[in-house]
Amino acid sequence: MINHYTKRPGFAVLLICLLLMVFSSCRSDDPIDFEGEDQTPEIPNEPPETPGEPGDTIRGFYLLNEGNMFQNKASLDYFDYTTGQYKRNMFSRANPDEVGGLGDVGNDIGIYGSKLYVVVNASNKVEVLDAETRKRLKQINVDNCRYITFYEGKAYLSTYLGTIGDPNAPNGMVAEIDTTSMNITRTVEVGRQPEELVARDGKIYVANSGGYSPPDYETTLSVIDIAGFQEVKRIEVAENLHRVKIDDEGDLYVSSRGDYFDIPSKLFVIDTKTDTVKTSFDLAVSDLAIHNGIAYVYSTEFSYVTGTNVISYNKIDVHTEEILEGSFITDGTEAKIETPYGIAIHPETGEILLTDAGDYVTPGTLYCFNAAGKLQWSVKTGDIPAHFAFMN
Amino acid sequence: MSVYRKSGVKRRFFRLWMLFVFVVNSLNAQDRDNDSIVYHKLEEVILVKDIKQRQHTSATPVQILSGAKLKQLNSLSVADAVRYFSGVQLKDYGGIGGLKTINVRSMGTEHTGVFYDGIGLTNAQNGQVDLGRFSLENMEEIALYNGQRSDAGQSARAYASASTIYLKSGAPSFSEGRDLNLKPGFKTGSFGLVNPSLSADYKFNDHLSARVSTGYVYAHGRYKFRFTNGSYDTTAIRKNADVRSYRLETSLYGTTRFQSKWNVKYYHYNSERGLPGAVVANRFRRPQRLWDEQNFLQGEFKQKVSDRYFMVVRGKYARDHTRYSDPEIVTTSGYLDNRYDQETFYMSLAQSYRLNDFWKVALATDYENNSLEANLYRFAYPERNTFLAALTTDLSFDRLYVQAGMLSTTIRESVKHYEAAGDKQEFTPTVMASWQPFRTDDLRLRAFYKRIFRMPTFNDLYYTFIGNTRLSPEYSEQVNAGLSFRHIFGSHYLEARADAYKVWITDKIVAVPGANLFRWTMLNLGKVETTGVEASLRSSGKTGFGVGYSAQLNYTWQQAADVTPGASNYGDQIPYIPRHSGSINLAADYKRAELNYSFIYTGERYSQKANIRSNYLQPWYTHDIAARYALEAFGGEVRLGMEVNNLFNQYYDVIKNFPMPGRSYRVTFNYSL
Repeated sequence: MINHYTKRPGFAVLLICLLLMVFSSCRSDDPIDFEGEDQTPEIPNEPPETPGEPGDTIRGFYLLNEGNMFQNKASLDYFDYTTGQYKRNMFSRANPDEVGGLGDVGNDIGIYGSKLYVVVNASNKVEVLDAETRKRLKQINVDNCRYITFYEGKAYLSTYLGTIGDPNAPNGMVAEIDTTSMNITRTVEVGRQPEELVARDGKIYVANSGGYSPPDYETTLSVIDIAGFQEVKRIEVAENLHRVKIDDEGDLYVSSRGDYFDIPSKLFVIDTKTDTVKTSFDLAVSDLAIHNGIAYVYSTEFSYVTGTNVISYNKIDVHTEEILEGSFITDGTEAKIETPYGIAIHPETGEILLTDAGDYVTPGTLYCFNAAGKLQWSVKTGDIPAHFAFMN
Repeated sequence: MSVYRKSGVKRRFFRLWMLFVFVVNSLNAQDRDNDSIVYHKLEEVILVKDIKQRQHTSATPVQILSGAKLKQLNSLSVADAVRYFSGVQLKDYGGIGGLKTINVRSMGTEHTGVFYDGIGLTNAQNGQVDLGRFSLENMEEIALYNGQRSDAGQSARAYASASTIYLKSGAPSFSEGRDLNLKPGFKTGSFGLVNPSLSADYKFNDHLSARVSTGYVYAHGRYKFRFTNGSYDTTAIRKNADVRSYRLETSLYGTTRFQSKWNVKYYHYNSERGLPGAVVANRFRRPQRLWDEQNFLQGEFKQKVSDRYFMVVRGKYARDHTRYSDPEIVTTSGYLDNRYDQETFYMSLAQSYRLNDFWKVALATDYENNSLEANLYRFAYPERNTFLAALTTDLSFDRLYVQAGMLSTTIRESVKHYEAAGDKQEFTPTVMASWQPFRTDDLRLRAFYKRIFRMPTFNDLYYTFIGNTRLSPEYSEQVNAGLSFRHIFGSHYLEARADAYKVWITDKIVAVPGANLFRWTMLNLGKVETTGVEASLRSSGKTGFGVGYSAQLNYTWQQAADVTPGASNYGDQIPYIPRHSGSINLAADYKRAELNYSFIYTGERYSQKANIRSNYLQPWYTHDIAARYALEAFGGEVRLGMEVNNLFNQYYDVIKNFPMPGRSYRVTFNYSL
């Protein structure tokens, strides 16, 4: 009888040990396989072979995937026109030991000279990389940085807050970064939560949003004189400005987001010679790219009438300042696109690169259309593909 | 009579004073009989027997942790304890102050109802109850019911969730001749934890007794964590993770000569904590902070009217205040500083009537009013009126129990500004059965079907920029079949339980993007189909030489597939649900000493919808050990405990980028008099 009882716990112990062994063997420390997600899209019409010297012609482009906030999933992809290969996670591949990788929410990207600048908003930093090798040259720490542009040997960066830790300082700033030393040289306070910016003729135009204090949005574009690095004026435009692009005639295309309820999103044209609003379009704008006299504009807007998102793709002639007939996608691919999120036009071929962020929490898609709006190829990207930089 | 009472009161006050002196000076001024330990052991045995019976015969799966078993586990809060249940994922944001919510059978936090002493804890704002805030100090029992409990006196609310957790606070109990119990306790250890507590039970007379239980928790919350992806690898200290909280519960328990029983409870909790946030590149410290204050008054009155009819009346009034501050967002009026105030008013009448020996009907009717105020831009100031009616019928024969019920839910919503969500009327059924196939009661088979829904929360409906008042409820449909086996071999007890289930979630409320990242919208889009198996094996008893033991093994397998039509991740496992998970618990006791070992395993998971490498999360498993010793001293019982959690110092995340602590220690001291 006693034997019978004592057997039971023994069996239980054996079973538990066995289970422990099974469980314990499950955690792996395998190195990460970055190449696994590379793709070679099938390109129907091979682009004309233009080998040339580096610097002569576009060899490829970088695509920055934002990643959702708190996920630390910003990633950098590269498409190589010479090999036709789309490569993922270029930052992590070149800098595997950098703690945390590229970081949280990649917000903007730009190439100037031989350097690639990646603005990582929620990681409070700008990564300066060698554009060829993607090796980190320097990490510049800037809180809540948003967008970057370049002008005469300097980079200009907008940030949501100028002073950190002061409840009475809601204004943002523009920081000047020397592209040789990679140090911040000067800063200037602008409006609240500045977004995109453009530099032209010794001046910087930056769009103030005021997004932290709804419904008290900003309505102006700040103008900074670069020589004195001072805000010299504000141009009254509309509520909650976001995008700023410039055409070949020196006209700024500025988008306003409105208040998302009663004031709709619009597009404004500002003449930089007079610094006044020239004209405006009753067109919702999520983002736009200007190439060869044409602005390619897309928009996603939630409709309280239908309870769904309404998406549009438009072309504007920036010389006549008129909306052109029809969508810039002509082959019906738009039916597949859930959330258009980023756009760029190939400076040489006029190809349209458009990203789809999908539901924001799964990998997105990059579509390449030819200048006539016909789909050429598409690839899977990281989460929330958004910002482009072409590589010479 | 009145003279006797007066002198009795006087004597009690004298004793109270004496005990106060005793506690302060650690002097024993009185002769104490030492049979309180024996008495509590006896009580425990009765309790355990009752629980085993409930778990064995219930038509819906039920898991219960109570009394001594609850104290054995290395747990500070209810959240730590529920990790030992099958089919449960604890969403744990890490640290003592981190948010801890429960997800039962992959249905989502909002589908689990949490009850405290028989009355629901509501959070109409976000549908979540943070189980990390409920101290185990004053907890006697934690029970998890899949589907629902089938207690004839329960409120209609008890039928209104897909699964339910019942927290039962300790009620006063007195050994013969005693009318005062005092239990001071103290816990300290890693994270700078300081946790004094005190509970006092007082018996006014045979019909009326009271309990006051109070506790304070302070912890600086700092701990070392590892931040790695396999190629980079660093350790850092978790900061802004401090927490300070204070809890006070006062209850009165009474009976009358007319076969009624009642209790009234006042509960107060307030806290301030840092929100350490996600750990991302270049950002290991965040300044956000959260303040909470919770107050509620609730009562329950049970009256047996006749042998056939009884009724229960319940009521509650609750106010919750939350303040969130974010110094990283500077508005035109200073730092972002959001304040939310919720108010709940609740009444319930439950009646049960026995028609004959085997047939019973019950009707429960509830009314609840929730309102929310917030200092947010374009805030709607919503108010919700909920009317619930649950009609159930029970058939209980010797070897068969069947219950069928229908719940009616009527919701009327109004807002001060903008647009209110539409009115809703739903009828949702439940059917359950438990059957004993053989003459001996060792084996029981059970099955249930339940359809229920969760209402969109106030945040889902009205949150500025995000809320969508067109939302419909999110439905869950469950089927479950299982068995429970138990057998007593002399002084050894063995039980085994297994359940297989399927859950369908339809019209799942998900956030979908709008024009930009600030403009998400809530929509009824998702569909999830979950298939799962839960099994548990438990053995306990006494071996030779007076060594008692208990061993428990839980295992859960779940396939929770996202089957939203047209989704790019169609068929993928939903985020944070492991396919395999389980726990092991071993305990041994010898005389006054107790040893406990537990192991928790959670298999690989994905942090986001797509089951791809960049969303992959490693499995994690922790080993916890504890030793406890009870001794008689100073005329009472002193219990000392020493716990080591996460013994092998494994660094892991339950939620991606919210690191969990490595090895930690805790020392506990409890005294009961």
